[in-house]
Amino acid sequence: MTSLSTEQLMRAYRRMKTIREFEERLNLEIQKGEIPGFTHLYAGQEAVAVGVCEHLDEQDYIASTHRGHGHCIAKGCDVIGMMKEIYGRHDGLCKGKGGSMHIADVDQGMLGANAIVGGGPPIAVGAAIATKLQGKGKITASFTGDGGSNQGTVFEAMNLAVVLQLPTIFVFEDNGYSEHTGARYAVGSKDIAGRAEGFGLPTEKADGCDFFAVYAAAGRAVERARSGGGPSALEFATTRFFGHFVGDPQNYRAKDEVAHHRETMDCLKNFRARVTAESWLTDDQLDAIDTEVLELIDAAVEQAHASEPPGPEEILTDVYANY
Amino acid sequence: MAIKSFRDAINEALFEEMRRDDAVIVLGEDVSGGAGGTSGTRDAAGGIFGVTKGLIHEFGEDRVIDTPISESAIIGAGAGAAAAGLRPVAELMFADFVGVCMDQIYNQAAKFRYMFGGKMQCPLVIRTAMGAGMNMGAQHSQTIYSILASVPGLKIVIPSNAADAKGLLKTAIRDNDPVVFFEHKALYNKKSEVPDGEYTIPFGEADMTREGDDCTVVAIGRMVPFSEKAIDHLAGSGITCDLIDPRTVSPLDTDVIFESLEHTGRLVIVDESPPRCSIASDIAGIVASEAFDSLRAPIKLVTAPHAPVPFARELERAYVPGPDRIAEAITAVVRGKAHA
Repeated sequence: MTSLSTEQLMRAYRRMKTIREFEERLNLEIQKGEIPGFTHLYAGQEAVAVGVCEHLDEQDYIASTHRGHGHCIAKGCDVIGMMKEIYGRHDGLCKGKGGSMHIADVDQGMLGANAIVGGGPPIAVGAAIATKLQGKGKITASFTGDGGSNQGTVFEAMNLAVVLQLPTIFVFEDNGYSEHTGARYAVGSKDIAGRAEGFGLPTEKADGCDFFAVYAAAGRAVERARSGGGPSALEFATTRFFGHFVGDPQNYRAKDEVAHHRETMDCLKNFRARVTAESWLTDDQLDAIDTEVLELIDAAVEQAHASEPPGPEEILTDVYANY
Repeated sequence: MAIKSFRDAINEALFEEMRRDDAVIVLGEDVSGGAGGTSGTRDAAGGIFGVTKGLIHEFGEDRVIDTPISESAIIGAGAGAAAAGLRPVAELMFADFVGVCMDQIYNQAAKFRYMFGGKMQCPLVIRTAMGAGMNMGAQHSQTIYSILASVPGLKIVIPSNAADAKGLLKTAIRDNDPVVFFEHKALYNKKSEVPDGEYTIPFGEADMTREGDDCTVVAIGRMVPFSEKAIDHLAGSGITCDLIDPRTVSPLDTDVIFESLEHTGRLVIVDESPPRCSIASDIAGIVASEAFDSLRAPIKLVTAPHAPVPFARELERAYVPGPDRIAEAITAVVRGKAHA
């Protein structure tokens, strides 16, 4: 049994698949040298972003991380606009002035990827002060990695959220690595949710490679936030299929680890197995989505490739509303 | 006109703006005070300097938010609330504490609009108390505005009197960019005339509080009343000066300075901060590169020394530029002894 309708299941799969293909394609395109800067890929973690964001609408806010493409797509950001942004084009989602680590779309409730690890939670807490005051039952969520979970800003944000009983959710994604250092080393207590509990937050841990587990846990936290029950924290164990950034040789990982994780921890494979076994969706339906997504990514790359960079006059626009 | 203290003028601006717009909130440490105390008294502090006193009684806990001592969370939450549609006034108890929330100020709030292609605005005001003169030592006495004035995306306001404080704070709250509003602690009790009724003061428009012929004096914050004292004293010995109070150092009204210099040809800049990479050296640099031809004498800076703010009364008194040093500097420049 699932509470999700066929349409919801198809949308969740489409978004997870879109994130996967977006990232797989970026990994190839970046190596061609046309995309500037650092790019941190989210492939492997799709079930977390989508499992949480499927409970949210565009008036709910999220704050993301440097590894933010997945959160953007899960929250409904325009995929073509994102690709153009990553290519540094004038018609990218942020006019080519943000790039991979700084994609935001306020209209979709996306308060920004954030290149400062631990930068997002205080912002999501502040947005929750706003949604609480506005009184429309809207909530916020921040995504933080195992690395970010060690930042003091996150501790401050959790405490403030508890003190003010704000409608916000702290989503911790343990993908095993804080940049090039293992979480098992850098997270001293080995227990991110346990820390959150210490701040007075109700917490849950679940398998981040299982969309349904994420969706269920997030659903309880979202319900608590929407009904005035205050903040929660969720910890999801997951993996990243790529390095810290594209080009990272990943010599801190065992040789066969990624291949093994792709085999055993693939949230898309898990999703397909579950929905077909339960007869909620058919392979044909999923295959049709796969085709559709690949076409979208092709179009995004093609359009990003063809678009122009911003003109030099853009250096000085948007610094201030007025000055 | 009524005579009001700098503190009361700011308090009045907060009341008026919170009444005018439900989106205005105040958050910070002890902004009301008393939460969780054993007396049950709220508004036990009204901010460490009493500037937010009384707000909680009219606007309640949802809009006057006492926070834990967590500056990163206060400023970060202020930025997030601003991005989500509020107009938060976050109180950073002492300007020195900018060190514990710098990321939230200069990487987050200051850059939202630019990084996100102009689609996000961050109408956040950070009110903060600064300055020496109360023997609070090296970590509670600094005037660190030049650090933040160097950051594109921030606006920096430094009022020198009650009337300006009120009008500038109202402008700050209505502004759609992040504004850092520096309040000099030693000015809180200083009383001066404040216009009745509604008024705002635009950013980037300096005030000229004295007019004269021999020297242009640019002074920041508390250095404005000190400079007025020095200039009024010198008038007795026949030296007259323009005194320019920039009021906002980002944006900076350079036009007024250039125009004044065309007339006087001499410049003294008075700044309570240490001299290196300061607003004083910044203004000197701008004048040297853009108005050199107006100068008839070397530019003279009157600043604190390149040292932390000392504690002992005698040392602190010697540290902060006062009317005597300002008068000496003006006299030296006018008498052609700027290097003396």
